[in-house]
Amino acid sequence: MADEQRVVPEPAKAAFWRRPAVRSLFFQMLLIAGIVFFGYTIFQNTLHNMQQRGISTGFGFLNSEAGFGILMTLIPFDETYTYGRTFLVGLLNTLLVASLGIIFATIIGFIMGVSRLSRNWIISRLATVYIEVFRNIPLLLQIMFWYFAVLRPLPGPRQSMIFNDTLFLNNRGLYMPSPIYEQGFWLVVVALLVAIAAAVLVARWAHQRQEATGQPFHTVYAAIGLVLGLPLLTFLMMGSPLSWDMPVLQRFNMGGGMVVIPELAALLVALSIYTGTFIAEAVRSGILAVSHGQTEAAHALGLRPGPTLRLVIIPQALRVIIPQLTSQYLNLTKNSSLATAIGYPDLVAVFAGTTLNQTGQAVEVIAMTMAVYLAISLSISLFMNWYNKRIQLVER
Amino acid sequence: MKKIHVIASAVALTAVMSSNAFAGATLDGVKKKGFVQCGVSTGLPGFSSADEKGNWSGLDVDVCRAVAAAVFGDAGKVKYTPLTAKERFTALQSGEIDMLSRNTTWTLTRDSSLGLNFAGVNYYDGQGFMVTKKLGVKSALELDGASFCIQAGTTTELNLADYFRANDMSYTPVTFDSSDETVKAFDSGRCDALTSDQSQLYALRIKLGNPDGALVLPEVISKEPLGPVTAQGDEEWYKIVRWSLFAMLNAEELGVSSANVEQMMSSSDPNIRRLLGQEGIKGGGLGLADDWATNIIKQVGNYGEAFERNVGQGSALKIARGQNALWNKGGLQYAPPIR
Repeated sequence: MADEQRVVPEPAKAAFWRRPAVRSLFFQMLLIAGIVFFGYTIFQNTLHNMQQRGISTGFGFLNSEAGFGILMTLIPFDETYTYGRTFLVGLLNTLLVASLGIIFATIIGFIMGVSRLSRNWIISRLATVYIEVFRNIPLLLQIMFWYFAVLRPLPGPRQSMIFNDTLFLNNRGLYMPSPIYEQGFWLVVVALLVAIAAAVLVARWAHQRQEATGQPFHTVYAAIGLVLGLPLLTFLMMGSPLSWDMPVLQRFNMGGGMVVIPELAALLVALSIYTGTFIAEAVRSGILAVSHGQTEAAHALGLRPGPTLRLVIIPQALRVIIPQLTSQYLNLTKNSSLATAIGYPDLVAVFAGTTLNQTGQAVEVIAMTMAVYLAISLSISLFMNWYNKRIQLVER
Repeated sequence: MKKIHVIASAVALTAVMSSNAFAGATLDGVKKKGFVQCGVSTGLPGFSSADEKGNWSGLDVDVCRAVAAAVFGDAGKVKYTPLTAKERFTALQSGEIDMLSRNTTWTLTRDSSLGLNFAGVNYYDGQGFMVTKKLGVKSALELDGASFCIQAGTTTELNLADYFRANDMSYTPVTFDSSDETVKAFDSGRCDALTSDQSQLYALRIKLGNPDGALVLPEVISKEPLGPVTAQGDEEWYKIVRWSLFAMLNAEELGVSSANVEQMMSSSDPNIRRLLGQEGIKGGGLGLADDWATNIIKQVGNYGEAFERNVGQGSALKIARGQNALWNKGGLQYAPPIR
């Protein structure tokens, strides 16, 4: 039988293990199994080793009392709160410095990027000097410069620099009056929301009208008037339902009011200025990427330089700028962990620092911290990708 | 079938062997590489600090040197890893260092859940406060509302919180990674007071721009027994470290010092003879040479010598023996007998 089959070979289907689809599936499964096994082995091995050395494991520590204080907290916290709460405190402090940093760096970056292309010799040279200087000095040094060289030598609380009897600047921070909202203040907030909604509607109406009739409308002025005017009017009508808690000098420190601690200020300034240089270069490259013909065409159509920049150049430049901007935002967020060098209580300093050391549960704490940075970075990247897609040129 | 059995027993055997190997692994490893890797502070005068040439000295460093003298007969066979308070336990847990001798407080949490063993106490300390004289504060109880410079990852952070909670006062913690940074911050006026173990306060005061302008307050708000630490799971190594410290204490108690150890070799006192490895169990129990303690005394000195040289009258710190005197001189230092 066997011989006969060999003599008359069927034209045919390859054995199933020789089919490319089956093979590739098989090897992929093998690879995945290998990776899973690798991960599992590492996990088990770590657990086993930690157990053998008597190191506690698990996330139970998050519910036990922390017993230490933190310099700056956005949510109520004292030593009676839990380690889980220190995680939140650190996370919020990180998010605060990262989001403020992103805003300031973007503003600085756009201004400097456009300035570098300015036809005014002094402005463009100043922008060049700024970019070349701050881009080429390591960030950690810049943070230390702002903290140790600029903010440390400020006078003590007793010799505060006082501005207008309301702002107090000393080496403990910038003290400002904090608002106390009184009865009826919520109406002002409602008025602000209504004004914003109205401004959006006006803008839409103006846009439609211009599309239809070509008649322009002063949308910007109208919006500013609405957003400022309506809440102000409500505020006055309600009889100014707002008072201020003024900072006063106490025995050791200033008390009352709000404070921007020097650690936050130094970190924020350094991050914004450093990242601003990269954003400026991204902006410049984006603008240069739009061919000069576009400008000339716009001018030929009778557009003035302002609208040319706003309506023709920037929208096209954004395509180039946004992807670079995304990575700069990610860098800024991750770089904020350098806070630990100057004692700003961010996630790394508080949670991956003090909490880790007090509980000794390095694996859990570091895993949580890494997961947080990953999550923040992925969210920024998702948002920016969405925005990038939205502003891409729609080809007709 | 037979083959499977063989493989299974081989696997089981390796497992058993590896766990046995673990028990004495540190000593074997240390002997193999030829030096003790010792974790110390990043620079605390009197306890562990390096001079311009990179030579380390201090009371904590002397414990490392004693262990090297016991193991190798040469106190110089130590390599130092400077660690911040935050890094120290991870470095020990991961095996990066063989022992930690870095003014570390012995607490229940650290002893029971970090996989550490505290080998003894080489300095009995307590937390205190340092303020500038200008502030006009005489007691820690007057510090309500003040800000404090502290080092991250220390018991100091916890004690400070406890103290202010117990006395119903408020405070602002300003936390830095290294003690150097806390001193700089205090010196520049970022905080009103510096809080740390009292011994450290005296050591750090030397680093201030104007040491005489600062004052250490009389209150001691905690117990800080500081001592060398080893990783849990290696009893043999743990005992070597433990008894190296005990040998220094016993030597002081018996009046044996680096100066007179040669004459003492001919002493007829059985306690001294046992210490110097001339009778009794000698080094056998610890897996060391018989002259292990003799080498410690010759090269490092007894505890009293180390104390005076590093933090006592022979040093810039001039700390009195106080609680760190021997038990029979009114202090707390007490070592089990060598017999």
